[in-house]
Amino acid sequence: MRYIDYMQLNPFQRFGYNLGKFFKKLPSNLARFFKFLGRAIVGFFVGIGKGIANYGKRFVKGDAGVKLSYLIFGFGNMVKGQVIKGLIFLLLEAAYICYMIFFGWGYMSKFGTLGTVKATTTLDPDGFPVTIPGDNSMLILLYGVVTIVISAVIFVIYIANTKSAYKQYEAKKNGEHIPGFKEEMHQFLDEKFHISLMSIPCLLIGCFTILPLIFMILIAFTSYDNAHLPPGNLFTWVGLENFKDLVSITEGANKASTFVNLAEWTIIWAIFATFSNYILGMIVALMINKKGIKLKALWRTLFVVVVAVPQFVSLLLMNQMLQTNGAINQLLSVITGAHQEIQFLNSTPLMARITVIIVNIWVGIPYTILITSGILMNIPADLYESATIDGAGPVKSFTKITLPYMLFVTTPYLITSFIGNINNFNVIYLLTNGGPSTEQFYQAGWTDILVTWLFKLTMNNQDYNLAAAVGILVFIVCATLSLITFNATKSAKDEEAFS
Amino acid sequence: MIKSYKLRRGLANTFIYILLAVLGIIWVSPLAYLVIQSFNTGKEQIPQTLLPMAYGFDNYIALFTNIGSLNFPRWYLNTFVVACFSCVISTISVLMVAYAFSRLRFKSRKKFINVGMILGMFPGFMTMIAIYYLLKAMGLTQTLVALVICYSAGAGLGFQISKGFFDTIPRALDEAATIDGANKNQIFWKIILPMSKPIVVYTVLTSFIGPWTDFILAKIIMGDARDNYTVAIGLQQMVSLEFKTRYFKQFLSGSVLVAVPVTILFLKMQSYYVEGVTAGGVKG
Repeated sequence: MRYIDYMQLNPFQRFGYNLGKFFKKLPSNLARFFKFLGRAIVGFFVGIGKGIANYGKRFVKGDAGVKLSYLIFGFGNMVKGQVIKGLIFLLLEAAYICYMIFFGWGYMSKFGTLGTVKATTTLDPDGFPVTIPGDNSMLILLYGVVTIVISAVIFVIYIANTKSAYKQYEAKKNGEHIPGFKEEMHQFLDEKFHISLMSIPCLLIGCFTILPLIFMILIAFTSYDNAHLPPGNLFTWVGLENFKDLVSITEGANKASTFVNLAEWTIIWAIFATFSNYILGMIVALMINKKGIKLKALWRTLFVVVVAVPQFVSLLLMNQMLQTNGAINQLLSVITGAHQEIQFLNSTPLMARITVIIVNIWVGIPYTILITSGILMNIPADLYESATIDGAGPVKSFTKITLPYMLFVTTPYLITSFIGNINNFNVIYLLTNGGPSTEQFYQAGWTDILVTWLFKLTMNNQDYNLAAAVGILVFIVCATLSLITFNATKSAKDEEAFS
Repeated sequence: MIKSYKLRRGLANTFIYILLAVLGIIWVSPLAYLVIQSFNTGKEQIPQTLLPMAYGFDNYIALFTNIGSLNFPRWYLNTFVVACFSCVISTISVLMVAYAFSRLRFKSRKKFINVGMILGMFPGFMTMIAIYYLLKAMGLTQTLVALVICYSAGAGLGFQISKGFFDTIPRALDEAATIDGANKNQIFWKIILPMSKPIVVYTVLTSFIGPWTDFILAKIIMGDARDNYTVAIGLQQMVSLEFKTRYFKQFLSGSVLVAVPVTILFLKMQSYYVEGVTAGGVKG
C-alpha cells in the first residue's frame, strides 16, 4: 500500500492494516532475530580471532620496548617517556601477582573440586575438643569467582597495555607527538569522558550485581543444600542434577511436583493479576475520564493514594484486616448481624488464592488508572462518535474500540506487568506468607509462587542450589518475554528521533 | 430526541457518579481505617470495633516514649540516614550512566546498553544471598553501610528513564557549546544538568523513597539486629506473632508516620512515574 492510500484510511482501518502487517511480518521478524543471533555469535568468534591476530602482529612488528611490555606491564610506555602511565600499569601487575600468590591461587587451585578436606574435631591433650578447619566450599566458590573476575579485568588491562605500548612506538616512528600524563588525563574530561562517567557505576555493578549473579548461577550446578552446609560439610559440582530434580516427577511431596504445581499457580496468578487489573482499571479510568464527569482530579487522587502508600504498609494492613478477628470480619458481622469468623487466608487453598487475587485488584487497579488515563484520552473521539451513530452501546464501544486500541498501544506495559506479577514477591509474602501451609509441597504453601518459594528455600531451608536453579528458570522465562517486548517497542530504534 | 439523549446521558452520568463513589469508598476505606484506628485509645490492643470508642494521640506518644525491644524512633532515623546516602549515590550514578549512553558516542555503547537491560531481568533477590556473603566477607553485614551499598550499587542499571529524557534534548546545544570551546565535562555540568531539573528531581525522589518501602533486602541483611532495622522490617516485626498483642496499635500509628511523607512525595512526582513506566511503549 502506498503512503497516500494509507493516509486516506480512517483510523480504525489503519489500525487493522497495522495489525495485519504485524502478523504478516512476524515470521520474517523471527527469522531476522535468529539470523541476528547467529551473526552475533559468529561475530564474537571472529572478534576473538582478530584480537589474537592483532596481539601477535603487535609483538612481531614492535620494537624491544613493545616486546618487553608483553611481560612487564607499562615498559613500552616508560621507555617512550610516559613514565606515570607506565608505572600505573606496572603497579597493577605487581598488585595482581601479589594477590594471586598470597590469596587468589589458594582458592583457584581448589575451584575444580570445591575442597576435599572436611573439618574434623579432635581432642587436645587436656581433653578439650579442637576443631581443625578444613576446606570451606562456599568460600572457595565465592573467592574463586572473585579471582576469575579480577583476572579477567587484569587481562583487559594487559591487552590495553600492549596496545598502548604499540601506539607510542608507532607515534615515535612516525615522528608524532607523544602525549604527556597531563594531556592524557585531560582527555578523560573530553573524548574519553564516557570512561570517567561509567567507570564507578560499572565497578559497583560489577561487584554487587554481576559477581553475585555469576556466583548464584554456579551454585545451581553444585550440591549446596541443607545436607552439605559449609563449614562443617563440603559440597561439589553436580552438573545438571538440580534441574533434573525439578522436572523428574515421582509420587509424593518432592521437589518436582512442588515445582510443577507452583509454576502452574504462578502462571495462573500472573494471568489473573495482570488482566483483572488491566481491564477493571481501564474501565474505572474510562469512567473517570468520561465527558461530563466532574471532579476528575478528586476521583483520580482517591485511587492514586493507594499506589502512593508504601506497599508493605498496605499489604501488612490488609493481612491484619483479613484475620479472623480483623476489620473485614467485624464489618461482615455488622452487616449480617451475626458474628462472623471467616478464615480468608488460612482455610482452603481456593479461598486463599481468590483472596490474594482480589486484594491484588485493590493494590493494582490504581496503577492501571495512573498509566492508562493519558493514553485513553488520546483515542480519537471521532471513533466513538461514529460508533454511537452506528448504534453501538458503551459495552460494544469498549470491546470493539477501546480494548483493541489499548492492547495495541500498551502491549509493552502489559508484558512488563506480567513479568512483574511473576516476580510479585511483596503481595504473596506479606499477605499470606505462602499459606495455607501444606505437607503436599516441599517447603511451600498453597499460595506460594516461584519467587517466594525461592526465598523460602534459601532463608528457611538453605537449599541454595535448588533456589538458584529455580531462579535461572524464572529468569529465562522473564528474559525471553522482555526481549520480545523490547524488540517490539519503537523507542529502541528511534532513540535519536528528537535530537 | 435531543431531550431523551440528554436524559439518557444524565442517567448514565449519575450511575457513574454512584459507582465511582462506591469504588472510591472501597479503595480508600482500608487506609481510612488505618488512620482512624491509629488514634484509638481504647484498652484492647487489637481493635474489636470498626470505629474507636475514644480518640487521642496515645499510640503516637507510646511509639516515641515506650521504647522496649522495638525502637521505632531509631528505625525512623536509620531509614532516613540510609535514604539520604543512597539517594545521593544512586542519583549521581544514574545520571552519569544515562548521560554517557544518551549523549556520548563510543565503541560498544549498544552492547553496554543491552547487557544492562539483561542484567535488570534477573529476579532481584537471586543475588541477595551472594551479596550477603560478600558483605559478610567485608565484615559489613547487619550494618547500615551494607544497606546503602545494596540500594545504590545497582542504581546505574536504572538508566532507561533518564536516558529517554536526555535523548530529547537537542544535540545542537552540545554542538554549539563545543564550538564555544567547552569540553564534554563542562557540557554535562553546565548545560545538560541545569536543563534536566525534572528528571533530576524524579531520580532523587525515587531513590529516596526506595529504602522506605524496600522490605526483602533489608530483612536479609539485618537478620536479628533489631537496632539497625529500617521502618519496613520494624513494622513487620510489630505485627509478628511475638509482638502483635502488645504493639498492634503502635504498628498502625507507625505506618501512618511512614506512609504520610512517602505518599506526599509520590503524589508530587506521579506524572514522572507515568512517563517512566510508559516510556518506549507509547512513543511513535
